Amino acid sequence: MRAYLKPALLLVGLAALIVAPLGQGNYVIYLLSSWLIFSIAAMGLNLTLGYAGQISLAQASFMAIGAYSTAILTLAGWPWVVGMLLGVVLCLVVGLLLGFPALRVKGHFLAFVTLAFNSLVFLVSRNEEWLTGGIYGLSGMPRPSVLGFAMTKNLPFYYFTLFVFVVFCGLFYGIVRSPWGRAFKALRENPIRAESLGIDTRRLTLMAFAIGSACGGLAGALVTPLVQYIDPTSFALGHSLRILLMVVVGGAGYFFGPILGAAVVILMPEFLRFTEGYYLMIYAVLVIVLMIYCPSGLIGLGRKLRDLVRRKPVDRGDLKAGAQL
Amino acid sequence: MSEFLQVVLSGLATGSIYALAAIGFTLVWQAAQTVNFAQGEFVMLPAFFVLIALHWLGWPLWAALAFGLVISVLVLGYLFKRLIVQPMLPSTGLPLIIATMALSILLKEGAKQFYGAEAQPYPPLFPQTTMSIGGAIVSMQDILNLVVSLAVVVALTLFLNRTRTGRCIQATAQNPQVAEILGVNTRRMVLYTFLINAALAAFASMLISPVYLAKFFNGETLGIVAFIAAIVGGFNQIRGALVGGLLIGVLDNLTATYVTASYRAALPLVLLIIIILWRPQGLLGTSEGRQV
Repeated sequence: MRAYLKPALLLVGLAALIVAPLGQGNYVIYLLSSWLIFSIAAMGLNLTLGYAGQISLAQASFMAIGAYSTAILTLAGWPWVVGMLLGVVLCLVVGLLLGFPALRVKGHFLAFVTLAFNSLVFLVSRNEEWLTGGIYGLSGMPRPSVLGFAMTKNLPFYYFTLFVFVVFCGLFYGIVRSPWGRAFKALRENPIRAESLGIDTRRLTLMAFAIGSACGGLAGALVTPLVQYIDPTSFALGHSLRILLMVVVGGAGYFFGPILGAAVVILMPEFLRFTEGYYLMIYAVLVIVLMIYCPSGLIGLGRKLRDLVRRKPVDRGDLKAGAQL
Repeated sequence: MSEFLQVVLSGLATGSIYALAAIGFTLVWQAAQTVNFAQGEFVMLPAFFVLIALHWLGWPLWAALAFGLVISVLVLGYLFKRLIVQPMLPSTGLPLIIATMALSILLKEGAKQFYGAEAQPYPPLFPQTTMSIGGAIVSMQDILNLVVSLAVVVALTLFLNRTRTGRCIQATAQNPQVAEILGVNTRRMVLYTFLINAALAAFASMLISPVYLAKFFNGETLGIVAFIAAIVGGFNQIRGALVGGLLIGVLDNLTATYVTASYRAALPLVLLIIIILWRPQGLLGTSEGRQV
């Protein structure tokens, strides 16, 4: 019974995603597309934060790298796929270069390095007008066409985004389930034991960060054709914090956590619209409360509630300490 | 040459203010293993408290400054410790860091919503005159900023090294368990550390706001500079944070004057990466035992 449950739920979810935009206005379709795109970025960050336990505050700047390389190449007449691939590879390389010094030392150095990197990317995209258009940004990027179908309308572009999202989720699931992904989890659960089992923790953390950054690049490559206008402020530090909050609010370390988190972060402003400027403040308070009472995010909260309702046989309490050693 | 001296002196003046924020950051990190990502906002906010006392309550400047200091210590010291850090202990990992990030958003948006999004002019504390030192024209404000912040650092060092309470605070930071066994009230000492941090942030805020104006987004740059000054100087020492702050202030001014003004904000990043590659424990820091 349980074995059928998961695939069935996944199919229902996918069907819901296919049906969701039908008959909706452009704005709802836009929101749904940007939810899928931010889910990709947040899932990438989840690899860094949830699985490898390091904070990156530069996910928005990796999105910027992906978005700008896609924009520049598509404006020059290249197909979208080329721009996307270039963006992803660039992010992977930059991730490796940035993570190498930061992960040499223990502690939260990656957080500081990525924090500073985010402002560096902002400066470059603002100052190098010949490449990025400076503060005016770039506009008029064409949307990709697949098999002769142009995606100029919003609905086809949503399905294109959904297709990329589903393929990405498949790949991501493969990474998480692979021996590699299990090593990531081992690293988070107990670094000492992971190291004693022969896992090179430093290299794995670096890889997790680089792959997570590449996911940011992919998300950026999708942002370009969605909004068709990019400028430096769309990738400022605040957006990195937003993506980080998506991961944390949803539940870091859970596969579906960032997707749920992205939905909350993107849709909440719509529900809290009546509060006008106080939205961010309410949001910040909610995050602080969540962190105090349930650091494992909404999915963790859900599991806690489920365990309350359905009491499971608990392991002997005194065995717990032994299991942690 | 006189221009060089001028640039270095004004860099030292700003750097000494950065150092105040960096020292507070280091103290809190040591005492409670709390990486406070809201430190920049802690420096941004007290200026607004002063402005509230000046304009809304109509108090004179000296009373407004005292009001700013007291409210900062209460809100950014006591309430921060009591409402956010305390409930999360003993786990001080990711959740606490995320909570301080959320707090930084809260403070920033709060200042914007309740006081105003425009840059607020802030009354100068010192006479706006200039003086000439060895051919360099230096503003009185810079000199006095440097003098006041160095005096604060000296007073703090004396307090930590020469008084009983100060030594108890140090003991708590170095080894809380042993300090507890020896009869130190560690919880109170941790609280004192948070209060000191808030006071340092308030001093930094009052000194830097006449130069930068009181802006709700001041914390973004100040926060990064404070972290980086603390790391560059050595995470586990007051001296380190002082040197780090001064170094960043001077280098920042030199880059802006002689190399490039549009990339001056990139300097801290470059400095940070060089330090991590070359001396991860910081310029003056002693390497801590590597914790796996």
